[in-house]
Amino acid sequence: MARPRLVTVAGSPSVGKTSVILRVLDLLAAEGQKVGVAKFDSLSTEDDAAYARRGIPVSVGLSGGLCPDHFFVTNIEACLEWGQRQGLDLLVSESAGLCNRCSPHIEGVLAVCVVDALAGIHTPKKIGPMLRLADLVVITKGDIVSQAEREVYAYNVRLANPRAPVVFCNGITGQGATEVAFHLRAAEDTGGLEGRRLRFSMPSAVCPYCVGETAIGETHHRGNVKTMRFEDQR
Amino acid sequence: MSAASLGALTRAYPRVGAFLATFPVPRPDEIGLDAWLDGLGEETLADLGMTRPQILDHVRRLQQEDRQAGPEPVRAVTILGGRDKLGRAEAVELTIRAGEIVCIVGPTGSGKSRLLADIECLAQGDTPTGRRILINDAPPPPGSRFAPERKLVAQLSQTMNFVVDLTVAEFVAMHASCRQVADADAVAERVIATANALTGETFAPTVSVTQLSGGQTRALMIADAALLSASPVVLIDEIENAGVDRRRALDLLVAEDKIVLISTHDPLLALRGGRRLVIRHGGIAEIITTSAAERANLLALERVDAGLMDIRERLRRGERIDDALEPWK
Ligand SMILES: Nc1nc2c(ncn2[C@@H]2O[C@H](COP(=O)(O)OP(=O)(O)O)[C@@H](O)[C@H]2O)c(=O)[nH]1
Ligand SMILES: [Mg+2]
Ligand SMILES: [Zn+2]
Ligand SMILES: [Zn+2]
Repeated sequence: MARPRLVTVAGSPSVGKTSVILRVLDLLAAEGQKVGVAKFDSLSTEDDAAYARRGIPVSVGLSGGLCPDHFFVTNIEACLEWGQRQGLDLLVSESAGLCNRCSPHIEGVLAVCVVDALAGIHTPKKIGPMLRLADLVVITKGDIVSQAEREVYAYNVRLANPRAPVVFCNGITGQGATEVAFHLRAAEDTGGLEGRRLRFSMPSAVCPYCVGETAIGETHHRGNVKTMRFEDQR
Repeated sequence: MSAASLGALTRAYPRVGAFLATFPVPRPDEIGLDAWLDGLGEETLADLGMTRPQILDHVRRLQQEDRQAGPEPVRAVTILGGRDKLGRAEAVELTIRAGEIVCIVGPTGSGKSRLLADIECLAQGDTPTGRRILINDAPPPPGSRFAPERKLVAQLSQTMNFVVDLTVAEFVAMHASCRQVADADAVAERVIATANALTGETFAPTVSVTQLSGGQTRALMIADAALLSASPVVLIDEIENAGVDRRRALDLLVAEDKIVLISTHDPLLALRGGRRLVIRHGGIAEIITTSAAERANLLALERVDAGLMDIRERLRRGERIDDALEPWK
């Protein structure tokens, strides 16, 4: 049996990833594809219940004290093996980047970034590799903001990522899900992930607070520490 | 590309300038892109979240986009019928031309949204309805279908609001500059003046967009969609009537050569269209051409509406409404 094809779906918490994935997988499942989800989160999630209610097999990984994106990279190969044991054709990973700087996107694996039109027109400028290096950008919650804001938002998304098609998808009504499904159908065979590379390195800095320090003050700053510079002290 | 100074590069390619401006590092005008990237160093690049080749590829693509001419104007959209929810053939071939208004009627759940979604995604027999959409009497070229600069439909509906924290003038000018229009400020002024002509309660350019009333908000949205939106098709979904001159609004969209689709049961809008599509069981069941008698009735309804608008205006001014009202004949 072959490995399922993999699609990584990333986006900040509550942008509408689960809603969009549910809508799109409904369409693909109706075509007879066997679809499943690998959900990554830090502390807890209720998404698994949402997927299970629709009869979609789901595995959950909670990263606890680690950045969920780092945890993702360590465990995605095992998730793909899980998907293979479930007999899946397509495995979608859902993860929430918490720092706007990490990104789970892998070379040669279809990478989707979900962003939220309600988050404000400048948001696309603030998201790093997760948006800039995605293959498909899905904009949700366009039903709440004006057409003009949608156009400005889409323009800013385009500046941040001139490679990817941009699709508006309403996570509640499913409007736009057909287009997202169109792109997911084109996802390439993933094969194994061994030896593949992330599209961009995760932040390498491990500061004292990453490894358990709780005391504040310069004497506790060991290892990779970055300090701010102030205009008035140049 | 690498030879030109950053100043010259960003002047010639506004998108490149806007992209590089999102990097919080100094960007001297005189040096070239390569020299600038050399000077940044590995650590800064890692902080910016892109490798050097990724930045160069990004800049090259944005240059391409800045060079590209806009898409060919859309003169006509054609809907080739598919099948309804019961699997029956939808025997329809409907062409809607620029400057035309077509209304869509039918109960909730009848399939109005699906029709609009089919148009929006330029369905090619690959949606649940099996419909196909032609642009300018031909299938859209492959590749153009999901291209962002090709967003066919601008949508206006009840649930949409301005959420951005800017004044009317600031926001409209920002939209104009994203559309790369020549004189953004002049166009912005025109949009605001047009919006004010559509609403009974005028507003100043200095007011925040989130502070506009319902009527002012709709008026600004319609003026912006008519004059600034790139999308040739404007879809109006059940827009409330309060405070907007609907007739002028539609005249404006028609004058700008938009293809106007209105999902509505408001008689003033529904009878203003040249045709209306009756949706039943997920399919277009009938196409009604607005008759001469219906047009005459529209005139009567407009008089009633004008009478109501007038009373609303008098109430706003604090007047009493105790005179014998004309039956608006
Ligand atoms: N209005 C609106 N709400 C949405 C849309 N997409 C998602 N939501 C809502 O946003 C909230 C978060 O969605 P969810 O899919 O759980 O986000 P996730 O954390 O990214 O998986 C939920 O209440 C959804 O119903 C959309 O397109 N429009
Ligand atoms: Mg979720
Ligand atoms: Zn992180
Ligand atoms: Zn840390």
